[in-house]
Amino acid sequence: MGLKFSLLMVTALILGVFLGVEALGLSYLFGVIIPYIALATFIIGFVYRVVKWGKAPVPFRIPTTCGQQKSLSWIKQNKIENPSTTSGVVARMALEVLFFRSLFKNTKAQLVDGQRLVYQWEKWLWLGGLIFHWSFLIVVIRHFRFFLEPVPAFVRLIEKLDGFFLVDLQNVYLTGVLLLVAITYLFIRRVFIPQVRYVSLAADYFPLFVIMGIALTGILMRYFTRVDVVAVKELALGLFTFNPTVPEGISILFYIHLFLVCVLISYFPFSKLMHMGGIFLSPTRNMANNNRAVRHINPWNYPVKVHTYEEYEDEFRDKMRAVGLPLEKDGTEGEKEAATTKE
Amino acid sequence: MYNSRNIIIGLVIFIGIFTLPFVFGIGKKNDAPKLSLDTPKINELEAKECIEDTDFMRSNHMKLLSEWKVSVVRDGNRIYVSEKDGKEYEMSLENTCLDCHSNKEEFCDACHTYAQVEPNCWSCHVGPEEVK
Ligand code: HEC
Ligand code: HEC
Ligand code: HEC
Ligand code: HEM
Repeated sequence: MGLKFSLLMVTALILGVFLGVEALGLSYLFGVIIPYIALATFIIGFVYRVVKWGKAPVPFRIPTTCGQQKSLSWIKQNKIENPSTTSGVVARMALEVLFFRSLFKNTKAQLVDGQRLVYQWEKWLWLGGLIFHWSFLIVVIRHFRFFLEPVPAFVRLIEKLDGFFLVDLQNVYLTGVLLLVAITYLFIRRVFIPQVRYVSLAADYFPLFVIMGIALTGILMRYFTRVDVVAVKELALGLFTFNPTVPEGISILFYIHLFLVCVLISYFPFSKLMHMGGIFLSPTRNMANNNRAVRHINPWNYPVKVHTYEEYEDEFRDKMRAVGLPLEKDGTEGEKEAATTKE
Repeated sequence: MYNSRNIIIGLVIFIGIFTLPFVFGIGKKNDAPKLSLDTPKINELEAKECIEDTDFMRSNHMKLLSEWKVSVVRDGNRIYVSEKDGKEYEMSLENTCLDCHSNKEEFCDACHTYAQVEPNCWSCHVGPEEVK
């Protein structure tokens, strides 16, 4: 259901651009106006979501971690798994963001012989996810050759490394291909594993199809039916320097590519893709486990009415003295001594 | 907002990264490079036209070159017949393309620098300026 719906949506979107640009000549709409709106939606929506999350109080440190916490000096602490300092938290977060450390611990539960529960090593999701995200990042960084003039040195360096293989006089970018392979794997995994398919909704398939569409059109443009890259760069630079132009003769594939990117980023703040910001706000990842060392005050505590011992003594001093109870304040020397030893 | 210091730092970094091209673009122009067609061979031409349509050449010249290479090296066929007007050309990078476009630096290279492509052809093939 979700699968068909998402596929239909993406097909309709692609048809929409096709008709819009080819039949109605709306290349200014799809080349300039929509990209600006999409980028604004992305940035404002993202900030709004994060601020909204930031307003939610976190009652206490949540040490759901699987390592030994800081304890007595002769018990070895697992400093990254269960950090007690900010630097430990930063290390744990960095490993999580850069290498998907907790996904690496993924296991698969299975009933063997219908009765024995067995947990298996399962690294394919981790590998597929890691390849997908890194390829996406590198592809986007490489695209900066369209966005900046002159092209910065680090973009050129990445391009050199990534385009190491020459096929038919042309550099083939590994990450572009890997992106498509990885996203296809992630999709197939969703469809073929029954349990995963059962929990998959349209919101899971839709971004997969959009990204697949982006990668496919990109690869078509680069290796098969060519686009006028110089005109594309003129358009892109026009957007980024705020004097937008739409050069003639850019192929429809480019408009589809660009529009799907716009769909992706404007859908971003409203969807599960927000995990990009959310990972940094995960309570089980971003807090040091120092519950025992630092007093952490529950932010939603209302002021509790307390009656301290001093106030109590002030109230009942005469009666206490009368029955000979030890007093901390205003007592005689003997009474004070009695109070301290009693403590 | 709780932990507002960290969240605001994070958001500033986020906005910084995603508006980077705008920051670099401030006050710049988006002009594509001006390509010079001022070479002796082209000036002699009556109709200043390329082998194929200009639009086709702009986006497909690498494909054409690749077809030429395959045709020459694998099939030994060195004659290219233009699809535009049926004119015949020798399939050669150095003797055809760069015969007309002998100003490689103001033509091929100007465009390639803008689009950030660095064809490695010239590590084997000889560019016009090197012959002199
Ligand atoms: C007969 C001379 C001649 C030959 C041979 C020739 N060109 Fe051209 N080329 C021209 C002319 C003249 C133009 C300008 C056409 C125009 O402005 O409409 C041009 C335009 C181009 C353009 C488009 C430039 C622009 O303004 O966008 C490219 C790219 C190009 N040539 C590449 C090549 C390549 C690659 C080869 C070899 C396969 C080649 N040319 C062979 C004469 C030639
Ligand atoms: C209108 C601008 C323009 C002109 C003029 C031009 N090129 Fe290109 N050329 C490009 C672009 C853009 C690409 C890369 C396309 C891409 O990235 O998909 C390219 C790619 C190539 C490639 C393939 C290499 C690769 O890594 O993709 C070769 C070979 C090539 N050009 C040769 C030439 C030669 C020879 C000339 C001069 C006769 C020339 N070009 C003139 C824009 C131009
Ligand atoms: C490793 C060295 C090498 C590199 C790099 C190289 N070529 Fe060649 N190329 C050759 C050789 C050798 C021939 C055969 C020459 C012949 O038989 O006339 C040839 C032939 C060709 C031909 C047909 C004949 C001719 O005289 O031009 C074309 C077109 C061609 N190459 C284009 C390219 C392009 C475009 C590039 C860059 C993307 C390139 N080559 C890079 C070695 C190279
Ligand atoms: C979410 C962001 C994007 C992704 C994931 C993406 C992905 C891709 C991929 C995988 C390719 C194939 C070639 C390669 O590996 O580099 C490609 C090519 C291309 N992309 Fe994108 N793209 C994105 C955004 C954009 C934007 C905003 C533009 C507009 C300027 C653009 C313009 C192009 C062009 C012109 C090509 C063809 C390049 C060539 O012929 O050399 N892309 N894209």
